Amino acid sequence: MSLSRQDVAKVASLARLALSADDLDRMTGELQKIVGLVSQLAEVDTSSVAPLAHPLDAENVFRADEPQPSLTTAEALQSAPRHDGECFLVPAVLGESGAA
Amino acid sequence: MTTPTATAAPYTTIIGLEVHVQLQTRTKLFCGCSTRFGGPPNTQVCPTCLGLPGSLPVMNRHAFDLAVRAALALDCTIAPFTKWDRKNYFYPDLPKGYQISQYDLPFSSNGQLEVVDPKGAFARNVGIIRVHLEEDAGKSMHDEAAGTADTRIDLNRAGTPLCEIVTQPDLRSPQEARAWLNELKLLLVYLGVSDCNMQEGSLRVDANVNLHIPLAGEGGAEGRVAKTPIVEIKNMNSFRSVERALAYEAARQWEEWQATKAELGTTPKQTRGWDDPAGVTRAQRHKEESSDYRYFPDPDLVPVTVTAAEVAAARAAMGDPPTVLRKALEAKWKISAYDADVLVNQGRDLVAWFEELATLVGEGKVASNWMQQDVLRTLNERGGTIGEFPVTPAAVADIIGRVQKGDFDTSRGREIFAAVLASGRPVADVVAGMGIAAVSDDDLVALCRELLAANPKVVADVRGGKEQAAAGLIGQAKKKNPNVNPAKVRQICLDLIKGM
Amino acid sequence: MQPLDLSAVDLVAAVRQGDVSAVQCTEAFLKRIEQVDGRVNAFLKVDREGALARAAAIDARRKAGGPLGPLAGLPVAVKDVLCTADMPTTCASRMLENFLPPYDAEVVRRLRAADAVIVGKTNMDEFAMGGSNENSAFATVHNPWDLTRAPGGSSGGSAACVAADMAPVAIGSDTGGSIRQPAALCGITGLKPTYGTVSRRGLIAFASSLDQIGPMARSAADCALVMETIAGHDAGDSTSLPHAVPRYTELLEQPLTGLRIGRVAAHFAEGLDPEVARGVEEAFAAFKAAGATIHEVELPHAKYGIPTYYLIAPCEASSNLARYDGAHYGHRAEPGKGHRAEPGKGHRAEPGTTFDSPLAEMYCRSRAEGFGPEVKRRIMLGTYALSAGYYDAYYAKALRVRRLIRQDYLDAFQQVDLIGGPTSATAAFALGEKSNDPLAMYLVDMYTVTANLAGIGGISFPCGFTKAGLPIGFQLQGPALAEPLLLRAADRYQRLTDWHLRRPKLPA
Repeated sequence: MSLSRQDVAKVASLARLALSADDLDRMTGELQKIVGLVSQLAEVDTSSVAPLAHPLDAENVFRADEPQPSLTTAEALQSAPRHDGECFLVPAVLGESGAA
Repeated sequence: MTTPTATAAPYTTIIGLEVHVQLQTRTKLFCGCSTRFGGPPNTQVCPTCLGLPGSLPVMNRHAFDLAVRAALALDCTIAPFTKWDRKNYFYPDLPKGYQISQYDLPFSSNGQLEVVDPKGAFARNVGIIRVHLEEDAGKSMHDEAAGTADTRIDLNRAGTPLCEIVTQPDLRSPQEARAWLNELKLLLVYLGVSDCNMQEGSLRVDANVNLHIPLAGEGGAEGRVAKTPIVEIKNMNSFRSVERALAYEAARQWEEWQATKAELGTTPKQTRGWDDPAGVTRAQRHKEESSDYRYFPDPDLVPVTVTAAEVAAARAAMGDPPTVLRKALEAKWKISAYDADVLVNQGRDLVAWFEELATLVGEGKVASNWMQQDVLRTLNERGGTIGEFPVTPAAVADIIGRVQKGDFDTSRGREIFAAVLASGRPVADVVAGMGIAAVSDDDLVALCRELLAANPKVVADVRGGKEQAAAGLIGQAKKKNPNVNPAKVRQICLDLIKGM
Repeated sequence: MQPLDLSAVDLVAAVRQGDVSAVQCTEAFLKRIEQVDGRVNAFLKVDREGALARAAAIDARRKAGGPLGPLAGLPVAVKDVLCTADMPTTCASRMLENFLPPYDAEVVRRLRAADAVIVGKTNMDEFAMGGSNENSAFATVHNPWDLTRAPGGSSGGSAACVAADMAPVAIGSDTGGSIRQPAALCGITGLKPTYGTVSRRGLIAFASSLDQIGPMARSAADCALVMETIAGHDAGDSTSLPHAVPRYTELLEQPLTGLRIGRVAAHFAEGLDPEVARGVEEAFAAFKAAGATIHEVELPHAKYGIPTYYLIAPCEASSNLARYDGAHYGHRAEPGKGHRAEPGKGHRAEPGTTFDSPLAEMYCRSRAEGFGPEVKRRIMLGTYALSAGYYDAYYAKALRVRRLIRQDYLDAFQQVDLIGGPTSATAAFALGEKSNDPLAMYLVDMYTVTANLAGIGGISFPCGFTKAGLPIGFQLQGPALAEPLLLRAADRYQRLTDWHLRRPKLPA
C-alpha cells in the first residue's frame, strides 16, 4: 500500500496537526519509508493467531463506588492556557458537534 | 406543513432510537469524583476525568453492575467477555481526545422491550441491538449573545457512566416512539438504574427515521417499496419533543420524496437538529472525517468477564419490572389493565401506596378509583412525589369506609379529602368540624316532611310514577342542611310519599 | 566519607548510621551537578532548595529518633516523564513547557514516602520517543564517556546523570528499550521490570501497553534496593499486578548454581558491532565460569520486533497524545500568529491546513507548534494505521505478530531460565549521526523492543569497553516476574567483574 501526499494531508487533518506544504512533502517521504518498514509484517502468516492487545492476562479489575476527594477548581485550572476562575476557556464552539 | 395521520399516510414511518442514560452511581465511571448534578463548574474533577497527563482509569464496579441490570431488564444477552475501546475525536468537552466506550464487543446485545398502548392503539415489541457502557463528556457553554466570546468548559459531567441503548428500527409512529420511551424510562427508574431525568440530561435520545413507501407496480399490481434516506435527529429535550420531531421529520421526508424521489443509499446519512420553539428539524453540518473514530482497545483497562452464575444472580436481584407488576396488580386487586397501567406508570413508591390503601379498604377497584381521581390528580396539581404526599393511605381508607357505611356520599367524601389535605387534621376531626355526624335520622325525617309539604307538585309527580322528580328535593335539602346524605333524603322522601 | 563514591546501598546505610547526614549527601550530589551538568545536560530541572529542605527534615527526624524510610537521604533523579506536584513536568516537550501537575506520580509518592530526596527531573527524548536523547525540545544530553556522543534514549538524562555521578540512582521509563539502551551506552545498570510491576499512574503515557518504569543505577544491587520501594500493586492502575513485592535485596544472596542462560544466534548476525559482540561473548564466558550453563535458543519472530513495535507504539501514542490540544493545559497557539498555512504567506495552501473554525485552528496549530518532528511522525503513523481501511492490515496485524513474539519467549523459557545477549548493536554513537534518519534510529532498539511487546523484564549492565573507551551493554531477559533472578544474575556478574565500577573522566 503506497501512501500519497493526499493521504498524508488527510491523516494530518485527522490528527489535528497543521502541516505546511514543505512539512507535508517531508512527512510524506518519511512516512512512506516507515510504512515500508512496518509492511514487512505482511510476510508473517498470522491466519491462526489471535491479536494480543495487551501483555497482561488480567481481567475484572474494579474499584468500589466510593467517592474520593476531587481537586480544587484552582488546581484543576492551574495549567490551563485560558480560564475564568471557574471554567476552561476555548475559542467559540459554534455549530460544530462532537461525536454521537 | 400538514402532518398526515398514521392511518391515512401513504407510507410507513420507520423509527429506531439511540438512548443514553446516566447510571445512578455515586462516583464516575473511572474515578472517584462525585456524579451529583448541579455543582459549581469544575468542582467534581480529578486528574483522571480532566484527562491530565499520566492519569489512569479504574472501572466502577457498581456502574458495571447497573449496566448489566439494565441490559437484563431489556432481555439482552450478557457477553461472557467484554472490553473497552477508545473512540478518538477532538472536542473541548472531551479532555483526553478520546471517549472510553465499547466498539466490537459490547457487554450485552440482542434484547427487546415491548410497549403496549393501554387503550389498544398499538402493541410493539422493539428489538434492542445492543447496550454498552461508556463515559459521558463534559459540558460546553456558549453565550450566543456574546458573539465571539469564548466557550466555557465545565468537566464535572466528564466521566459520568452512561449506558447507550440502541434499538432496531422497529417503531412505526412518533406516538409509539414516545410511548416506548416512557416504558423504557419507567423500567430503568423501577430498577434503580437511572433517574432518567431529561432536564438534568440523565436521559438523552437521538432518533433515526425514514419512510417506506409502497409503489404501485405494473397494471395495479403490488410494486416494490421505496425507502427514503435515513435521517438522524438530535437535540430533543423531552419525549414530547421526540414525538413532535419525528412527526415533523416524517412529513418533511414525505414532501421531499414527492419532490426528489431520493432513496436510501443515494446520499450520505444526514443529521438534523430539532429546533423546539420553531417546531422544525434543521440540517447540521456534516464533517466526513469526524466519522473516522479509529477505535482500538483501551490499553489502560483490562477486559471484563461475566459468568453464567453472575448473570443469574444479577437477574435474581433485579426485582419485578413494570410489565410483570402490571399483571400482578390486575390479578391481585381485580382492576382493569388500564388502571394497573396508570398506577404502575407512576412508579414503585406509588404502587406501594396504592397496595397499602387497597389492603385497608379490602377492595382494589374502589381504592384504584380514589387513587386516580383524588390522590393522583392532587399529586399532579401539587407536584412532588408520593413520598411527600401529606395524606396517608389510612386517612383515605377512613374516608372511603365512611362513604361505604353511608355516612355521606362520594362527593362529600371528596370535600372531606380536600379538607384533610388542606388542614392536615385527622379525618374524624374534619368530619366532626363539618357537622356531618350531627344529622340524625329523626332530623332527616322532619326535614323531609317539611320539604314535601312545601312541594305538592313533586309529591303528585312521584305518585304519578315519576320517581326521579324526588331529585329536585335533594338540592333544597342541602340548602337547609349541607350535611344531609342525599341518598338518604331521597329514600326517606319516597318512603314518606308512599305512606301518604 | 565521600558520598559520590558510595553505592546507593552503602549511602542509605551511612545515613542511617549517621556516618553522613542526608544534607551532606544531598549537597555533595548537588555540587557535582553544578560542576558537570553544564557539559552533560542531564537535568531539565534541579530542585536545590526542595532537596535540601527534604534532606534537612530527614536529618532532624533521625536526630529526634523518629522512623526513617528505607531510602532515607538517598538522592534520586526522576525522568521528566513522571508527574511531580512541586516541579513542572515537561516530557522535554514545548507542549508541556509550563505544565505543573496537581499530583505526584505513584512512583514519586512512594519515593517520597521512603524518604528519598528527589534532586530534580532528568532530560529525555520528547514524550520518551527516541533512542539518542536528541529529540529533547530543550537540550541535547551528552554522553559522559565522550561528550560528542549520544547517551542513548529515551531515558538519556537519567543514564547520563548516574554515569557522571550526579545522582546515585535515577528513575527511567522503558517503552521499547528506553531504560536498557541508554544504560548500555552510558555504562550503568538499568532494569525494565515485567509489565505491571511498577505503577504507571502519573507516568505520562507514550504507549500504555508497553510503558514500564524502572530503576537506573550503577549496580544491580542498587536497582534491587530501589525496586523494593517503587514496585508493588497500585489500585489506581488497572494494569498493576496484584503480586506481593519480593525482597529483591535479600534474594540477591541466593546461589546461582544451575542457572541456564539462553543465547540467540540471530543476535550475532549482521549489524552487530564486532567489539560489542566480543564483549557480550566474554560475558557469556564469565557466566559459564560462575557455574551457569549456556544454551542456544531461538526467537523466530524477534526479527519482526521493530516493525511490530513501530505499529503498536505509534497507534497507542496517537491516541495518548490526543489530549495535548491546547484546550485544558499545555501549549496553545496564539490566534493568527506563528506558523500558519495560508495562501500568500510563504506556504502553498493545503486543503488539510485551512481551518474550519477558530477551534480547529487552535487544535492544529497548537499541536504543530508544541510537538517536535519525531512526535509528529509517530502521531501521523499511528493515526494512519488506525484509520478506516488500514486497521486490519497494520494495527491488528501487529497485535497478531505480538502474540507470536510472546509465544517465542514462552517456548524459550521452557528450556532456559534467562536469555542473554547484546543490549545495543553498537556502543554510543556520535550526536547527529542518526538524527536525520528516523529509520536508522528506530533500529537502535532491535534487541530491546521484544521484551516490551511480550511484557517481560530485562536488565542491561556493562560488560566491557570498546577500544575507544565506550561501555558495552549486556542484556538479560527473563520470564514474567523473574526480576529477582535478573537482579541476582546481574549482581553475581558484578561481584566477579568491575566494569560497573569504572567511571568516565569528567573532571569537576
